[in-house]
Amino acid sequence: MKPRNVGPPRFATYLLHLFCPPHRAEEMEGDLDELFQERIRGVGLREARWRYVRDVVSLLRPSLIKRENTNTYPTPAFTTMIRNYLKIAFRNLAKNRVYSFINIGGLAAGMAVAMLIGLWIYDELSYDRYFQNYDRIAKVMQKGTFNGEVFNGEYNPAPMGPELRTVYGSDFTHVIMSSGDGNNDHILAYGEKKFTKTGSYLSAGAPDMLALNMLSGTRNGLKHQNSILLSESVAKALFGETDPLGKLMKIDNKLDVKVTGVYEDFPYNTEFRDLKFIAPWDLYVASESWVKQAQDNVEWGNFSWQVLVQIAPNADFDAVSAKIKNIRLKHNPEVAFIKPEVYLLPMSKWHLYSGWDKSGNLEGRIQYVWLFGIIGVFVLLLACINFMNLSTARSEKRAKEVGIRKAVGSVRSQLIAQFFSESLLVVAFAFVLAILFVLLILPVFNDVADKQIGILWTNPVFWLCGIGFSLLTGLIAGSYPALYLSSFQAVKVLKGTFRVGRFASIPRQVLVVVQFTVSVTLIIGTIIVFRQIQHAKDRPVGYDRSGLITVAMNTPELHQHYNALRDALIQTGGVVDMSTSSAPATNLNSQNSGFSWEGKDPNFKESFGTIAVSHDFGKTVGWQFVQGRDLSRKFASDSSGMVLNETAVRYMGLKDPVGKQIKWNDSQFRVVGVIKDMIMESPFKPVTQTVYMLNYGWANVINIKLNPARSTSESLAKIEGVFRKFNPGSPFDYRFTDQQYALKFAAEERIGKLASGFAILAILISCLGLFGLASFVAEQRTKEIGVRKVLGASVTNVWVLLSKDFVVLVVIAFGISSFIAYYFLNGWLQKYQYHTDLSWWIFAVAGLGALVVTLLTVSYQSIKAALVNPVKSLRSE
Amino acid sequence: MKGTYLGEFEEVVLLAVAIRSGDAYGAAIVNEIEQQMNRSVNLGAVHSALSRLQEKGLVSSEMGGMTAERGGRRKRLYSVTAYGRRALEEIRQLRNQMWDAIPNPALT
Repeated sequence: MKPRNVGPPRFATYLLHLFCPPHRAEEMEGDLDELFQERIRGVGLREARWRYVRDVVSLLRPSLIKRENTNTYPTPAFTTMIRNYLKIAFRNLAKNRVYSFINIGGLAAGMAVAMLIGLWIYDELSYDRYFQNYDRIAKVMQKGTFNGEVFNGEYNPAPMGPELRTVYGSDFTHVIMSSGDGNNDHILAYGEKKFTKTGSYLSAGAPDMLALNMLSGTRNGLKHQNSILLSESVAKALFGETDPLGKLMKIDNKLDVKVTGVYEDFPYNTEFRDLKFIAPWDLYVASESWVKQAQDNVEWGNFSWQVLVQIAPNADFDAVSAKIKNIRLKHNPEVAFIKPEVYLLPMSKWHLYSGWDKSGNLEGRIQYVWLFGIIGVFVLLLACINFMNLSTARSEKRAKEVGIRKAVGSVRSQLIAQFFSESLLVVAFAFVLAILFVLLILPVFNDVADKQIGILWTNPVFWLCGIGFSLLTGLIAGSYPALYLSSFQAVKVLKGTFRVGRFASIPRQVLVVVQFTVSVTLIIGTIIVFRQIQHAKDRPVGYDRSGLITVAMNTPELHQHYNALRDALIQTGGVVDMSTSSAPATNLNSQNSGFSWEGKDPNFKESFGTIAVSHDFGKTVGWQFVQGRDLSRKFASDSSGMVLNETAVRYMGLKDPVGKQIKWNDSQFRVVGVIKDMIMESPFKPVTQTVYMLNYGWANVINIKLNPARSTSESLAKIEGVFRKFNPGSPFDYRFTDQQYALKFAAEERIGKLASGFAILAILISCLGLFGLASFVAEQRTKEIGVRKVLGASVTNVWVLLSKDFVVLVVIAFGISSFIAYYFLNGWLQKYQYHTDLSWWIFAVAGLGALVVTLLTVSYQSIKAALVNPVKSLRSE
Repeated sequence: MKGTYLGEFEEVVLLAVAIRSGDAYGAAIVNEIEQQMNRSVNLGAVHSALSRLQEKGLVSSEMGGMTAERGGRRKRLYSVTAYGRRALEEIRQLRNQMWDAIPNPALT
């Protein structure tokens, strides 16, 4: 039972303290008490208590509750304390150099990575936004399903433009026919100056649609058939400082044109960055008979051109797409079986949202934007975790400081402000350092990522994000010491009875696990990406790339003297053989149907890669024959000869292919040989069934096999001399086939390089953090280690004791990351039809690697701690 | 300064301070008034009157003198200022003057 309260009612006293200003409370409570005591004697307890309450209530009048300036201490200016905080912060940083280095360096590295990735993503998202009509421009696309595979194509038949213009004219502001995507090499010549530049033939409305920034001339420059618009860089190269307007020049050594304008070069992050000149579409039609034929005969079956449109101000993409959907079906109904569909792809989707897999699902660059975005967030997270971990670990050592500050009179809000200002200071350092890092790395990064990115010094969003993020990190990292430490009771801390709870280290351990999960996942990912690239590189290519070069046949002269050119080249001694073909060995650019052969299922909708070659092609590239023989001049009948690759034989289901007749449209061919598959497309894909037929007329490139016994530069100089003689109108430009082949890995190698860079950084940051934590733990347990050593523990015992905890964490992290990595990488590999396996040893290597790195990091500290003489560590007690 | 007008209760409190000169604090004044006037007063009323008097400059105060019955708490000791004393005298004179002005028959 509770003893009866003989004092004044507690709630009344409580009420008084709640409302009364402290300086008055003392006297009032004293008065109340005194009166209460007297009244007990005078009128009894009950009455005394009652009057006590009445008095308290009467005291709670506004005039008495009103608070006056209660602070009896001097009020220092706000900046005085801030100055003190900063001083202490600097002293702390200088005192613990290693921690400071790890803290600031690690965070700066993480921030730099995040900044780089942020800049990259910004660049990707701002792609093509240079164009004023960005949200009204679209490409006309073709879609269909063939043999169960969905395909999307941006190439259109020649009559598509006129059709859109005449039938659907009200929906479009501009309909532009284009000869290609701006990657076509052309020779531009003015007097003696000749350059190979990329450019396109476009309809006259193009300058308006692209809103060209004309430096001289007008956007009407394409109206006249024999005119050309040059980009600023090309105009500089050709004409130097003289005014190019009105000058006469030549395209491909055959077309005379007059310069009618110069436009500002397109920025690097636009679709048309390679469009260095624009010539009129009409000129193209007039000079290329096959184009004229396609246009005049309204050929709906030849898909060779792009159609760009700007939709009318009142139209929208979906509605127009719906209108034009069935154009192709209307004009050639016989292809209904592929379910052809015409639609518009808006400019906003060109860069990130074009690319589809075989079932028509989107597979564009946006995936990489997401991937790198996630990686960036994770690396940043790692750095933040480090920062928080170290801050919290360090903060326990500062409990005494908190105690002293409190004893001297700090209130809690001041301590909170102190710790926050400290962590914000560190973050500010890291931010500045991160910007320096980015400035240093940016050139390399641009190189790897194929970008021209700069820091957005003038962009407020950049600064807003950077500073906003820094603030956030500082607040989150500083929140533990600020909110937790400031709650310590000064008495306990200073007396030494203060102990952090048993579970204080749990959040830290969780953070370490998260860190290592991310790191190990990235390591596994990197290994797999490189394995996949190596796997594809090791694949037999079916021909010999070494010393093979290709020269584009871009002028009429080269087509006329095949034998003379070949003889002259071989005579130089630098060339083993020369041949022409319709495509270089690294590019299967033509696929056709219309083939028939003995035993073909009439319902089989076949498609073959088609390459036209000369007699010498096989020897030039080094074909490897499985059956039959190469095309030869010795057999006159070889003029209708054909060589198949192994896949084609399997595809056609031929038992004994050599000597079989194959019909393509109206021509008869006879198979003379079967070669091993030649990888002409992506090395990650299966080889397409391909036929190689003899045809000197269908030639686009000259293939030259250099003499391996001679030095390359010497041979090239001689070859150049020959080409000067045979092809005076064109500069001698050549490409090495092995370099072209290597380009096929560019995308994968780019991912690989970036991923490995991030993985190394992630591991580095994690190890920095681990190193800091280990040294903290070792320091905290100095006495324990001393006692253990006195009692006979060996160095190994102590080492095991200190390392065990971290190893357990890393093992847990490894387990989690294995699952994550397996899930995602399996999905990634499945995208490649020709892919490596996800073998167990990769995981083992990654796990072991992480473990070794962990042990190395932790061991430095734990061995150091274990070697300390216990006399020293125990001396102070 | 607020108006120098003294309310009735204020006057009583001021007189009590003068009576308890040297030991005039909240509880003592409450006791004094209760004894002299035989009526109960609230501590709050006294405190508020004291603070008003202080604002008017009629009393001054200082902290001091802790005793055991107050649980070791200090008390605020009030003393009448010269100005306060003059105010009391003025009131008294005023009353006397008015008393003198009363014609004798009216009292009988």
